[in-house]
Amino acid sequence: MRAKTVDRIATAIIICVAGFIMLVLAALLGYLLVRGLKHISFDFLTSAPQAIKVGGGIGPQLFNSLFLLVLTMIITVPLGIGAGIYMSEYAKDNKLTAFIRLIVEVLSSFPSIVIGLFGLLVIVNTFGFGYSLLSGALALTVFNLPMMVRLTEQSLRNVPKEQKEAGLALGLSRWKTISSIMIPVALPSIVTGSILAAGRVFGEAAALLFTAGMSSPRLDFTNWNPLSPTSPLNPMRPAETLAVHIWKINSEGLAPDAPEIAAGASAVLVIMVLLFNLGARWFGRVVYRKLTASK
Amino acid sequence: MNLPVTNKQGGPPGKSGKWGKHVIEEARGRAFVYFCVLLMVVTIFSIVFFIASRGLTPFISQGVSVKDMLFGLKWKPEGNPPLFGALPFLFGSFVTSVLAALIAAPLGFCASIFMTEIMPKFGRTALQPAIELLAGIPSVVYGFVGLSVVVPFLRDVFPGQGIGILAGAIVLSVMILPTVTTIGTDALRSLPSGLKEGSYALGATRWQTIYRLILPTALPSLLTGVVLGIARAFGEALAVQMVIGNAPHIPRSLFESATTLTSIITLEMGNTTSGSLHNNALWSLALILLLMTFLFVFVVRMLERRVKR
Repeated sequence: MRAKTVDRIATAIIICVAGFIMLVLAALLGYLLVRGLKHISFDFLTSAPQAIKVGGGIGPQLFNSLFLLVLTMIITVPLGIGAGIYMSEYAKDNKLTAFIRLIVEVLSSFPSIVIGLFGLLVIVNTFGFGYSLLSGALALTVFNLPMMVRLTEQSLRNVPKEQKEAGLALGLSRWKTISSIMIPVALPSIVTGSILAAGRVFGEAAALLFTAGMSSPRLDFTNWNPLSPTSPLNPMRPAETLAVHIWKINSEGLAPDAPEIAAGASAVLVIMVLLFNLGARWFGRVVYRKLTASK
Repeated sequence: MNLPVTNKQGGPPGKSGKWGKHVIEEARGRAFVYFCVLLMVVTIFSIVFFIASRGLTPFISQGVSVKDMLFGLKWKPEGNPPLFGALPFLFGSFVTSVLAALIAAPLGFCASIFMTEIMPKFGRTALQPAIELLAGIPSVVYGFVGLSVVVPFLRDVFPGQGIGILAGAIVLSVMILPTVTTIGTDALRSLPSGLKEGSYALGATRWQTIYRLILPTALPSLLTGVVLGIARAFGEALAVQMVIGNAPHIPRSLFESATTLTSIITLEMGNTTSGSLHNNALWSLALILLLMTFLFVFVVRMLERRVKR
């Protein structure tokens, strides 16, 4: 066969594959939204789930997911930024640093179920936190920390060298240079990355099965005292998140409308992830425009 | 970790001598970042230590032999005598993740080539965001779609119940496609452009350039992506567990119910009492998962070393 014919055929195949991938994504999103949106209503989003009757909602689960997200980010962000600063500014180029880098890589490739089991063994049992939101948040911190560290390191490395040198030349201490010159410059990309990391937290389930638990106690949404066991704000109560709920009703759901609830909950989850994704992109673009004065 | 008291770049000595404001501020900052890093190091060591200490108990003090666990065919933890053959789980995990990689790798390579060589502009504005979105979709949602679309489809087209290794592999292949594609695209983009131009100047067609030059040169990086994809597939728990059927035996066809390491752990961990032999055997499975992660990281590092050379 002539080389040009082969070239055309190969190009056509590659374009078809690329089209096929787009099609898969479109079909996936379309299926989730078409099947799920029918079932989403204000009532569905706010009412409590039913064990064996029709008409259960996902209210507590949605709240748990959001609350867990906030708790996790409160713990993860400072730790991740701290370790990221070390990796980019304080770490010397030696064996120890190479070893820490290896550790970050290994930690980021641990399966989430292994992190969940570690949480069960250490946080839930040894520390005695029980199945609780706090245990879940700590497990997710372990899960998310490597990403946060890498992100901070990368953002700090992208800060122009002159800015750092100018700070040091003015006689600022290294820490002051980092905290008041470099971090503000790197902040936009850190925030964009954190939003994407938050999307990951929102959809994670395997690490939460044995840490935040698979049950949600009756919540009293008028009780805002964080110490009371029925208060939604109590971090020591077990909490089933939206992702865990989807898994649970698919594998052992007894409600007759379990497939519809799963579809609705999946649609909510995907919409939230899409919002995180678009939000991160939008934020990145706005800040980029502000900082560079380009269109 | 040592905490330096004095600091060479700490600026001019403050008014109060050696312990000036700058020095204290610097020491505090350093203490914070060292604390963060130390915490991370402690965490990973305690993960390995705790899981190993539980996972090794059956072998050391409860009379299960490593050989029985790795090559045994029967998993009957409550039987008399209890049997802990994990081969069906290992087999299920390996076959689903390798099969998923076999599906995802060609698709991912084609997508990478499309984005770098054929239509870079369209690729950057449409295909890349699409693939990033695929990466963001939670695994339980993949499991749900697998259960409500892939399984019924396989049930209609092929003999059997639809659940099984192929359903798991299809779901996983979509999940790891972003990993393979993103790493492949980065690799192809970082190739020196002189390479391609030289080939075109000699009169080679685009496909000849891709096939004879670009793919062989970028192969180690492309394989890195595939290995990372397999690693992700191997550790994925819930999406596979939902579609694979969870029957603890080695299936005879791709459409027969099977199970994986991760799904047996998720299913049984909650129903066993802590400290029992059954429970400890599950921790041994978790230890196997952990060791596999180390293996994957090692392979990725070897491949990266080849890229650098």
